[in-house]
Amino acid sequence: MSQPTANCPNCGALIQFRWSSAVQTTCGFCRSILVRRDVDLERVGVVADLPPDSSPIQIATEGVYRNRAFLVVGRILYEYEEGGWNEWHVVFNDGASGWLSDAQAEYAVSFLTAQPGLPAADQLRPRRRLVLNGVEYEVTSLTQARYRGVEGELPFAYWDKEAVLFADLRTADARFATIDYSESEPLLFVGEAVAFDELHLKNLRQFEGWS
Amino acid sequence: MSAPAQVKALNCPSCGAPLTIRAFEHTLSAVCGNCLSILDTKDPNLQVLQQFKAREGVQPRIPLGTRGKLRGDVYEVVGYQERTITVDDVPYFWSEYLLFNPYKGFRYLTEYQGHWNDVATLRNLPQVDTRGPRPVATLLGEKYYHFQTASATTTYVLGEFPWRVRVGDIAEVRDFVSPPRMLSQEGTEGETVWSLGEYMTGARVWEAFGLPGSPPEAVGVFASQPSPYKGSAKGVWLLCLFLLVALLAVAQAFLAFSRQEQVFRGNYSFSPRSGGEASFVTEVFELKGRPSSVEVGVNTDLANNWAYFRLALINGDTGQAYDFGREVSYYYGRDSDGAWTEGRANDRAVIPTVPAGRYYLRVEPEMDAGASPVRYELTVRRDVPYMGWFWMAAGLLLVPPAFKSLRSVGFERRRWQESDYAGSSSGSGDDE
Repeated sequence: MSQPTANCPNCGALIQFRWSSAVQTTCGFCRSILVRRDVDLERVGVVADLPPDSSPIQIATEGVYRNRAFLVVGRILYEYEEGGWNEWHVVFNDGASGWLSDAQAEYAVSFLTAQPGLPAADQLRPRRRLVLNGVEYEVTSLTQARYRGVEGELPFAYWDKEAVLFADLRTADARFATIDYSESEPLLFVGEAVAFDELHLKNLRQFEGWS
Repeated sequence: MSAPAQVKALNCPSCGAPLTIRAFEHTLSAVCGNCLSILDTKDPNLQVLQQFKAREGVQPRIPLGTRGKLRGDVYEVVGYQERTITVDDVPYFWSEYLLFNPYKGFRYLTEYQGHWNDVATLRNLPQVDTRGPRPVATLLGEKYYHFQTASATTTYVLGEFPWRVRVGDIAEVRDFVSPPRMLSQEGTEGETVWSLGEYMTGARVWEAFGLPGSPPEAVGVFASQPSPYKGSAKGVWLLCLFLLVALLAVAQAFLAFSRQEQVFRGNYSFSPRSGGEASFVTEVFELKGRPSSVEVGVNTDLANNWAYFRLALINGDTGQAYDFGREVSYYYGRDSDGAWTEGRANDRAVIPTVPAGRYYLRVEPEMDAGASPVRYELTVRRDVPYMGWFWMAAGLLLVPPAFKSLRSVGFERRRWQESDYAGSSSGSGDDE
């Protein structure tokens, strides 16, 4: 994997990309949000102070999913009525990108999947069944979340969101799907709920009193 | 790189008492144990969400902050709540200990009258089939039978929670059991959460958390408590079956090795009308070999008649007598349904374990005074198979498994007595 570099258009600091396909990143020094335009980086905003959170995952955490090694390169942080969660952007050795979500240390891995004809948000309610790619899912929750901030490298420009509606879906065999209604066309992420130990995570965050 | 997360110390805005926050930023509300104020820990001023009153002296059996090892991972007790359901105006409450590990997340230990369950939320979505008389939930191919649906109200809280907890919170709880496991579905308006619990004895909880003293005695039978009789009854039935087969083999061997040797045969007749002393003794015959069985057979020419034979097998040397009797009756005829018969014109008696020696039979026939005469033959055979002991042994063998099964059925009855199906038969495949 090549590791492109650039300079922050705001403060001039060296920006080293962990993932060559990143569309957006943040400057670690001046906290500018930078979006790639061809070869240049454009400063589109500044990272707001992220609220403190207690995810054991951090940028540069490594793990394994289905025998493929991945690296955590970025994240989006959301908040809702009953807490917050992280969507960690992970990239695999072969350049593929996916998401590792961590909600109160419950983990799921998912991938953006093209799926035309998703139901509109107002058609969904808990316990409704939905067939996606031939698999029957059940809607387990609808969450009105607030976009709270970003960090690191993302596969798209994502920095000026506000309220986002998410539908979570599950199956009997631990498959997991999320429909993100933040864009005009809803986005489908499909994957599975995973146990912490299955991911063989390294370079985790430390917690006082726990080793 | 994020800095190591720090354990937070706060002071209750209401009474000033110190509080420790153990679950880092996951905690959304914490209870001041001193003044029973529930604080919003995400609020910079620790806004009081609720202040509640509680009965005196609530003391979690596992103190907050205690660490223990469950399924190989260390967990810390960070929260405690009591939840109450009301059935027929009687409140029942159970305790829930919220456990935390910063990497593995949250899980629960529940306790009801000395019965413990280790509970974690599920990644899989169980499928519920409500077509039958009793809903069935299936998880990973295993069937869980509906036990109870109840409205659970939070009646006491202590410690901290990753949600905004309040005394008076109500959730609809549906429990399904497949001992030692229990599936629970909890629904609030927007969300349903499934969790899976596994029964634990108090002793195992005490060991896992290194608690002093001994756990409270378990009272009654809990919904998910594994039956102490279930597996054992099955095992005893298997052993019983094995022994029955062995017994059958022994019986076969006895049959094969029986000599069945005829040692005496005599033909007699008896006429009740002639009167006089009917009893007589036969000539002497010899029984040889090891002590074994003797079969005495009576074959008559009775027709629509009966006779009673009082018999004794007597040892001519020692005088020892084996007394017995045989009633022989044989009737036949024809009525509107056709021909019929009743009884048989012959019978036999087997005397087990007769030692060798010189023996004779004493015979005393009896009939109705006006009956027509009977002719009969007496036979004595040595060493015939005697199956009485076989049936007795087989019957005795069946006692322990039958007893175990009865205990098992009784245990299941007590389990389901606490369910929504009390009074109906448990009939859900649990009582094996």
